[in-house]
Amino acid sequence: MSKAILYDSTLCIGCKSCEAACAERWRLPYNDRVAAETRLSAHKLTAIQTYGDHFSRRLCMHCVRPTCASVCPVGALHKTSLGPVVYDADKCMGCRYCMMACPFQVPTYEWNRRLPKVRKCDMCYDRQRAGKPTACAEACPTGATTCGDRDALIAEARRRLAEKPGTYYPRIYGLEEVGGTSVLYLSAVPFEQIGLRTTLPAQPLPQLTWRVLEAVPDVVSVGSVLLGGIWWITNRRDEVRRAEGGKR
Amino acid sequence: MNGRKLPRITVWRAVFAALMIAGVYATYLRVRYGLGGVTNLNDQFPWGIWIGFDILCGVGLAAGGFTLVAVVHIFNIEKYHPILRPSILTAFLGYVLVVFALLFDLGRPDRVWHPLVMWNPHSVMFEVAWCVTLYTTVLALEFAPMVFERLGWKTPLAWMKFISVPLMILGVILSTLHQSSLGSVYLIVPHKLYALWYTPVLPVFFFLSAICAGLAMTIFESWHSSKAFGRKLELPLAAGLARVLAVLLMVLLFSRFLDLSQRGALGLLRENRSETWLFGLEILLLATPMVLLFQRRVRWDPAKLYGCAVMVIFGFIANRLNVSVTGMEAGSGTHYVPRWTEVAVTLAIIALGFALFRVVAQYFPVFEEQEASVTEDVRDGRLPDAQEVSCTSASRLESRLRA
Repeated sequence: MSKAILYDSTLCIGCKSCEAACAERWRLPYNDRVAAETRLSAHKLTAIQTYGDHFSRRLCMHCVRPTCASVCPVGALHKTSLGPVVYDADKCMGCRYCMMACPFQVPTYEWNRRLPKVRKCDMCYDRQRAGKPTACAEACPTGATTCGDRDALIAEARRRLAEKPGTYYPRIYGLEEVGGTSVLYLSAVPFEQIGLRTTLPAQPLPQLTWRVLEAVPDVVSVGSVLLGGIWWITNRRDEVRRAEGGKR
Repeated sequence: MNGRKLPRITVWRAVFAALMIAGVYATYLRVRYGLGGVTNLNDQFPWGIWIGFDILCGVGLAAGGFTLVAVVHIFNIEKYHPILRPSILTAFLGYVLVVFALLFDLGRPDRVWHPLVMWNPHSVMFEVAWCVTLYTTVLALEFAPMVFERLGWKTPLAWMKFISVPLMILGVILSTLHQSSLGSVYLIVPHKLYALWYTPVLPVFFFLSAICAGLAMTIFESWHSSKAFGRKLELPLAAGLARVLAVLLMVLLFSRFLDLSQRGALGLLRENRSETWLFGLEILLLATPMVLLFQRRVRWDPAKLYGCAVMVIFGFIANRLNVSVTGMEAGSGTHYVPRWTEVAVTLAIIALGFALFRVVAQYFPVFEEQEASVTEDVRDGRLPDAQEVSCTSASRLESRLRA
């Protein structure tokens, strides 16, 4: 069973308890100054954002087919069977291709450290393995953030949409985006109005590069034979010409 | 030339020294304060000119090496032999400097070797890392005969002859793979890269344009060597390459516009935004030399030929920077201008490249012997007429220059 998070923007009151709980879990400093920041950064792995009357929450989307894990040259990021996408700082060489490629602009970097790491939410992998909910879900006073099995959360989201059709924009964000994510959103307004990217394809992005990488063995084998053949022909032509005493 | 006297101070040497001092200081700052202290990169814009110029342009401009190897050794077009070694040297130095530049950009340069041990075959970057490592090794081996000749080592030279053909084929294949893969790197960001540049055939365009850049660099480098070492320009060869270059540029430009119209992106050209103008600049810098190089009198005029090569090089650089920097800005929702330290490191690395080429070419048999009578005209600053130029070789040039 794959774990996921459901964030219901209509229930969020913007209290930022999730931010504080997240900071505490990562042992990151959390004060008024950090609370005022609305962007993800190396010292803030989840952020509450305000769009008019609506709130939104940013955190790693834990894609079902994560782009970051596909682009990482050293395999420092991977999707666990439990659901979270986790990062191994000991492998990372700091190329930052994950940051470039992430369709949600989630991974952040410790720009001012001499031995920097990538930072991002890991959906409380250690807590979830111990059967506990994520720190943010546990801290949320209104149930805007809940965690559980992805299928169960999708069913729950559908139930809410069916129950109060007037309250919700009738879609679940994260169901299909780039092949599905393990963080799902419900909102009263279209998702682009709470800062989510709605132009993403339903197709997982890793396929875009895999289509090309798949061809590498073919290029190597066909290329070697072709070039070897061309060399043999041109070389042979010269040899024959020399043997027959003609000019080169 | 200078004997044991102190080197004379010339404008270029002063510029070189200034760039080196700035570069060394910027390197100190990079080590001391980390990436955040010396670059204008941030979480929204994690790759700047160290990737866009030092890596993307560096690798592309070194493409002359594999192109000439393919022409001379695989297609056996022997007449291009005299410019093969300088192209291999350019490529070898280019790759060494690319790897050096990468150490600045990596957050953990001490782990640059990780992709060789920790595999992820799904990553384009993993493939590029392997190809660049292997190809730099191939280039070192292709350069090795010049060292062996200089040292007079006969046995290793014989070994090199034995493995040379498979080695050259391997080099061409590795180059094909990673030159195109640098384009594949950007296939993963359809949501970020502006539609004038994002296309599923980006790897093909990267490969084609790298060959164009490689040919232009070979012409550029021949011209500069002729000045610096008082050699005659290998004009018939440079003109021959220029003709190929013109045809390739035409293929590249035609297929790019075909791709734009296929994707329905031509309409973007009517929009008045910075991307449109930068795209225009890039196309202009490639189309102008294409039109000019189709004319025989341009190809056979060293100054005009040189001008065209420079335009192609700048057109190529514009393309790579558009893909990696300017084309990414709107999609990332941010604006990036490199900090002085980023520029200082980049310029210092370019200057280092020129200096290393000069030193290596002076001490190793990079250039073939040439007729000395023609070279004296060049040393006086005049270039020989096309009729005067011939490809024969007679006496050793360097000995005359040292005398």
